[in-house]
Amino acid sequence: MTNKDRREWMGLLARSAPDSLAALIGPLPQHSFARAPEIGAVMVRGRAGGTGAPFNLGEMSVTRCTIQLADGTVGHAWVQGRDKAHATRAAIVDALMQGATADEVRGRVLVPLAEVAARRAATRRAKAAATKVEFFTMVRGED
Amino acid sequence: MYVAVKGGERAIENAHAWLAEERRGDPTVSELSIAQIREQMTLAVNRVMAEGSLYDPDLAALAIKQARGDLIEAIFLIRAYRTTLPRLAGSNPVDTGAMVVSRRVSATFKDAPGGQILGPTFDYTHRLLDFALMAEGEAPPAAPTAPADPVAVPHILGFLDRDGLIEAATPSDLTPPDLTREPLELPADRALRLQSLTRGDEGFVLGLAYSTQRGYARNHAFVGELRIGTVAVEVDIPELGFAVEIGEIELTECETVNQFKGSKTEPAQFTRGYGLTFGQTERKAISMALVDRALRWRELGEDFTGAPAQDEEFVLSHCDNIQATGFLEHIKLPHYVDFQAELELIRSVRAAAFSQMEAAE
Repeated sequence: MTNKDRREWMGLLARSAPDSLAALIGPLPQHSFARAPEIGAVMVRGRAGGTGAPFNLGEMSVTRCTIQLADGTVGHAWVQGRDKAHATRAAIVDALMQGATADEVRGRVLVPLAEVAARRAATRRAKAAATKVEFFTMVRGED
Repeated sequence: MYVAVKGGERAIENAHAWLAEERRGDPTVSELSIAQIREQMTLAVNRVMAEGSLYDPDLAALAIKQARGDLIEAIFLIRAYRTTLPRLAGSNPVDTGAMVVSRRVSATFKDAPGGQILGPTFDYTHRLLDFALMAEGEAPPAAPTAPADPVAVPHILGFLDRDGLIEAATPSDLTPPDLTREPLELPADRALRLQSLTRGDEGFVLGLAYSTQRGYARNHAFVGELRIGTVAVEVDIPELGFAVEIGEIELTECETVNQFKGSKTEPAQFTRGYGLTFGQTERKAISMALVDRALRWRELGEDFTGAPAQDEEFVLSHCDNIQATGFLEHIKLPHYVDFQAELELIRSVRAAAFSQMEAAE
C-alpha cells in the first residue's frame, strides 16, 4: 500500500453516495471507535485570480471518524456531509484495504464506486460537449 | 417612571403555531420534500449556500422550506447552524483550473482552447412564461450528449499572463485572515474583501457592480472567463501526513480583464477582478469580480473618486445581509422605554417653549 493508493481510495469513498457505499459494503466487520464519528466544518479556500494568494471561500459540512478493526488495523475517514454511518463505513473500508482482504474489498466496493463516479463525470462532460458552440462565418464584411 | 413588564408568551406561541400552519399552506396540496427543493429549486439552494457560507445542499433546502421561501431568512438559519459546527480544518486552496466544467464561456476570446461551453444556461431563452410547466408532466427527455474533448480546459487569462499582457496572480501559501474568527478591521486586505464579497448579499453586490458599469468608478470590465463546474476539496490529514479529498463541490468562477495601467518604467498591462462563489451563482460571481476590481484602486495606483464601490468601509460594512437585516428588523421590536424617553423630552421642550411664549405675551 502506498500513500498514493490510500489517497485515491479515501477520496473515492468521500465522494461516494452514502446509499451506494452501504449497499456495496454489506455487513460490517467487528470494529471499535478510536474517534467516534464527529460532524464539523472545513473552511474551503480559493485563490485570488484562480492562482494567487489564498482566501476563505466558505465552509462545507464534513464528518470524520477513526475506527479500529478486531486485529488492530486503524482506518480513517473524512467525508462530505453529515452522515455518521457513512463516515464509519468509509473508515472501515480504509482499514480493510490495509489488510489481507484488500483485493477482494477493492473488487467488491471500490471498483463499482469508481465506475459510478466515472460514469457521472463522463455524462457531465458529454452533456457539456453538446452545448459547445461551433462558430461559422456567414458573410465577411470587407467586400 | 420605569415599569418593568413581561408578557406575550401566549401570543408568541400562538403566532408560531399559525406560522407553522401558514408554512404548510393548503393541506390538500401535497407537501414539498427537502429532496424536491434540493433538486428543483437548485439555484435558490445555491444562493443560500453561498450567502449562508456553508456548502450543504440538504441543509440549505431544509432552511428554504422552514423559511417559507424567504431566502434571507434561510441564510440566517444556515449562518446560525454553522456557528454550532466545530471547525475541523481549512482546505488546501481549490484548483479551479482542474474544474470539471459544465459551463465555460469567454467574452474576450472566441476560439479559446476548450471552446465556448454554454452549459445549462438561461441565456438565449426568450424569457416567456412556459405554461407547459404548469401542467404536471413527465420528465423532459435527457439532454443531448456529444463526444467530450479529452483536452483540459485551461484558464483563458493564463494566455494573457504568459505573454505578460495582464498582471500576474502570483501564488502564495499564506494562511488567509478569516472574518468569521476575528472581527473585520479596516483597511482589509484583498483576501478579507473576497471572503466578505463571496458571502455578501447578491442584490447589494449586484447593485454596486452595476454602479461601476454606469460610471461610478468605471473599470472597463470584460468577462475574460466564466466557468461553472465541480472541483475536489482536499484537506491535509495530520494523522496520515498527506492530503486527502474530502468531497467535491460546485463553484462558479469569474475572471475579468479590466482597464490597463502602465507607467514610464512599466509597460501597460491589463488588470484583474475575481469572483468565486459556491454553486451555480453566476450573477453573483460576475458582480463580485467587478466590485473586487473597484476596491483595488489603492493597490493599482488609481484615484479614489468617492464612488461607493471603491469605498471599502462602505462595501464591507454593508454587504452582509444578515448583519443588515438584524439591525434593520430589530427596530420593529419593542422600544417602549426608548420611545418613552423621547416622548418625555419632546413634551418638556414644548412646555418650555409654550411658557416662554406666554411670558412674552
